[in-house]
Amino acid sequence: MENNKIDTQEVKYTAKDFQSGQDVRWCPGCGDYSVLAQVQRSFPNIGIKKENIVWVSGIGCSSRFPYYMSTFGFHGIHGRAPAIATGVKVANPDLSVWVATGDGDLMSIGGNHFIHACRKNIDLKILMFNNKIYGLTKGQYSPTSEKGKVTKSTPFGSVDYPFNPISLALGANASFVARTIDRDPKHMQTMIMRAAEHKGTAFIEVFQNCNIFNDGAYEPLTNKETKLDTVLHLEDGKPMTFGKDNDKGIVLEGFTPKVVNLNDGTHSIDDVWVHHEKDENAIRAFILAHMNEIPGLPTPVGIFRNIVKPTYDEGVREQIKRVTEKKGEGTLKSLLYSGNTWEVN
Amino acid sequence: MAKENGKVVETVEDVTVMFAGDSGDGMQLTGMQFSDTTAIVGNDLSTLPDYPAEIRAPAGTLYGVSGFQLHFSSTAIHTPGDTPDVLVAMNPAALKKNLAEIKPHAIIITNTDSFDSKNLQQAHYDKNPLEDGSLDGYKVFQVPITTLTENALKECSLSLKEVQRCKNFFALGLMYWLYNRPLDPTMDWLKSKFKNRPEIIESNEKALKAGYYFGEQTEIFTTRYTVKPAELPKGTYRNISGNEATAVGFVAASNLSGLQLFLGSYPITPASDILHFLSSFKNFGVKTFQAEDEIAGIASAIGASFSGSLAITTTSGPGLALKTEAIGLAVMTELPLVIVDVQRGGPSTGLPTKTEQADLLQALYGRNGEAPVPVIAASTPSDCFYLAIEASRIALKYMTPVLLLTDGYIANGSEPWRLPDIEDLEKIEVSFRTEVEGFEPYSRDANLARPWAVPGTKGLEHRIGGLEKANISGNVSYDPDNHDFMVRLREEKVNKIQQDIPDLQVKGDQEGDLLVLGWGGTYGAITEAVDRARAEGYKVSHAHLKYIKPFPKNTAEVFKNFKKILIPELNLGQLSKVIRSEFLIEVESLTKIKGLPFKSIEVQRKIADLLGGGNGK
Repeated sequence: MENNKIDTQEVKYTAKDFQSGQDVRWCPGCGDYSVLAQVQRSFPNIGIKKENIVWVSGIGCSSRFPYYMSTFGFHGIHGRAPAIATGVKVANPDLSVWVATGDGDLMSIGGNHFIHACRKNIDLKILMFNNKIYGLTKGQYSPTSEKGKVTKSTPFGSVDYPFNPISLALGANASFVARTIDRDPKHMQTMIMRAAEHKGTAFIEVFQNCNIFNDGAYEPLTNKETKLDTVLHLEDGKPMTFGKDNDKGIVLEGFTPKVVNLNDGTHSIDDVWVHHEKDENAIRAFILAHMNEIPGLPTPVGIFRNIVKPTYDEGVREQIKRVTEKKGEGTLKSLLYSGNTWEVN
Repeated sequence: MAKENGKVVETVEDVTVMFAGDSGDGMQLTGMQFSDTTAIVGNDLSTLPDYPAEIRAPAGTLYGVSGFQLHFSSTAIHTPGDTPDVLVAMNPAALKKNLAEIKPHAIIITNTDSFDSKNLQQAHYDKNPLEDGSLDGYKVFQVPITTLTENALKECSLSLKEVQRCKNFFALGLMYWLYNRPLDPTMDWLKSKFKNRPEIIESNEKALKAGYYFGEQTEIFTTRYTVKPAELPKGTYRNISGNEATAVGFVAASNLSGLQLFLGSYPITPASDILHFLSSFKNFGVKTFQAEDEIAGIASAIGASFSGSLAITTTSGPGLALKTEAIGLAVMTELPLVIVDVQRGGPSTGLPTKTEQADLLQALYGRNGEAPVPVIAASTPSDCFYLAIEASRIALKYMTPVLLLTDGYIANGSEPWRLPDIEDLEKIEVSFRTEVEGFEPYSRDANLARPWAVPGTKGLEHRIGGLEKANISGNVSYDPDNHDFMVRLREEKVNKIQQDIPDLQVKGDQEGDLLVLGWGGTYGAITEAVDRARAEGYKVSHAHLKYIKPFPKNTAEVFKNFKKILIPELNLGQLSKVIRSEFLIEVESLTKIKGLPFKSIEVQRKIADLLGGGNGK
């Protein structure tokens, strides 16, 4: 990214500058509104000119997102947003490319594109709106719905197991993996800013409530009464503590995380597991990813992993530069008149 | 007849050679080396590689036979030859599989070392055909190629297995001697290919020379042959396969348009070579993305097109099926894109390594909704170069996806190509929209193309996608009248290309009893068949369609001048169907679905049948 920084002298954006003027057509009360608002509030601060930003999406409620942003936008076909975005980014690495997608779009029909974008470390920012349901097709269970989910397509309960999106992204070697919640605007803005700063595939899972087909999916994590005891905010370099009185901590016994009370004299803050998002070893990030599957443990939000490694799009650009320096820039003449040629007189 | 070292030297005009062996015997390489050398000495040539889908099928089996047919001549030729004059059979299966195809008195060179009981059994021979008299009438040369190769390489450091792998070069050397070809081009190739493996260069050189000198010294060969250079038009030539020509054509289009070339592709036989060639052109600024699947191949190309590249995706039939939905997206978003389908035998996985023309209807109609896409088809290996440029030109000028059809036969086959003058290649004009004032994403120019406004252009931020677009503004629209209008507009835009493409040319008389109408890779066989039929006095002409959607504007006029129309195709009559429905005329259909190209005699016989001249007259 060389020429896409904002010259602050010239332009000063506000959230309003990122509104496209199109009528937003999500259901009233949908969590998507919050995501849109937090993106529009964050984008004046990410330091990238509007014309250099591209939003790409697939199909689903979340995928209408690009229409509501005043940047360049591409509303693709079901599941293919990461692949389309890859083409945009590889063809022009100077662009800041964002993907808006959902749990059905990205984890089901687009699963292959998702894992390969992560594997290749293509510099894309992927926001997955996870409402654990198919909204636009009116309420079938999704690959992130819990087992036993009763929906229109599973009237007797689903019998399959859900994906853990964070674990899947980690498994595919995404270099930035984070989670946030639609009901926590400040936190979401922080995650968006951090993803924007990251160079490489950045995956943010957004817990998003579908108030029509799956209302309350994240109730315990968003309810004022319970959320402090159920949500763990990951902060780099800080011990993992949570709870209404911030008196609970996570300790790691072998590979098993446990909740301890910091007030009963058995454990001190020094015993608590300190989060390192830049840890080269992914094992601890996996433990965090699966933590909420253990009864009694909180659900982590924040950045699970954030490592730096060369991106695919830069690699392609570098290779072209290197080979061109070595072989010289190709011309039509060198293209055609190469190999074994002969003259007929 | 001249004599040289006690051997008779006979001049012949035209030779067809078939190299055949196990799929691990290196027959494709041998054939390609013989082709390149033959091109360099100035013969006209045409090749037909024919290999199994298995990389190393069990040794000695009939289904594991890999063949490379090569036709070369001192006159102009158009096909790889109907019936070989020479068969090089590296094992019994190679002999058995090809015997029925070769000329009655053909030369057969066998590797006798491989005619052991195991290989004979694998090839379902009860008796050794070299001994039971079944080859009487052929000129059979029994050469212990494996033993002679081993003897020649006694001193070298390679393992026995590696030594035995050099036996194809012994056979190649022997064929070079028999047809009076120089060894230098192959030796130069070895030196550049195995730069860092001197022992490989040395051993293959030794095997090559041993084969050559064996021909010269042994008494079993009494005659050698020369084929004089063909009288080709003046110019600089190179031997080129269809896949290479396709790749080179796109790089040229990138240069002519000043746009970066982006290829999104997934490996698939027989199209992968285009990906291979393009990935070697990094110093032309070419970006190749080997995607995770066919869909990502085209989806990434659509993304690259959106951001301003000349974007292409390459595939074969099954891959085209997977790309279907994304082609519709490119139709709806009206972005320039070229999709190359190197057709192979279908349906499903079908015959991956064999040729067919059965994707025409898929290319024309295989999408949901009304999704018109221009379809053009290359007719020879070198024609792929020009049609890659033409496909790019149409895509960029009309802001549309374009389907370029080739097939396994012309993709893998090669021919000498007279290189164009650089100055003769026309620039492709491209202008990105930069003016902010009055910008509407779905406004139209005189060609009905919409503006190409790429990310990075200040003030032109806009959104497009697969939902129906409102005319001019490009906003999402569910309005019934707008949809009706836009469907017709997209169709009209593609049909308008008719004003911008050359007329259909008729070779031969402009009117007559019969027009043979072809498309794609049948060009060579039809040309030869029509030439011969005309020489016999038939009133037959040939027209070859390169543009199938839309058809050239004079097509109906051309048809009117002939009493009958014959359409030979490697499918069940797909173009015939289209012609009947578009022009409301009756046509004769000649079809073949064997995974092999037409022989010219097959077309010639049909011409004779239709014109009442009996079998070949």
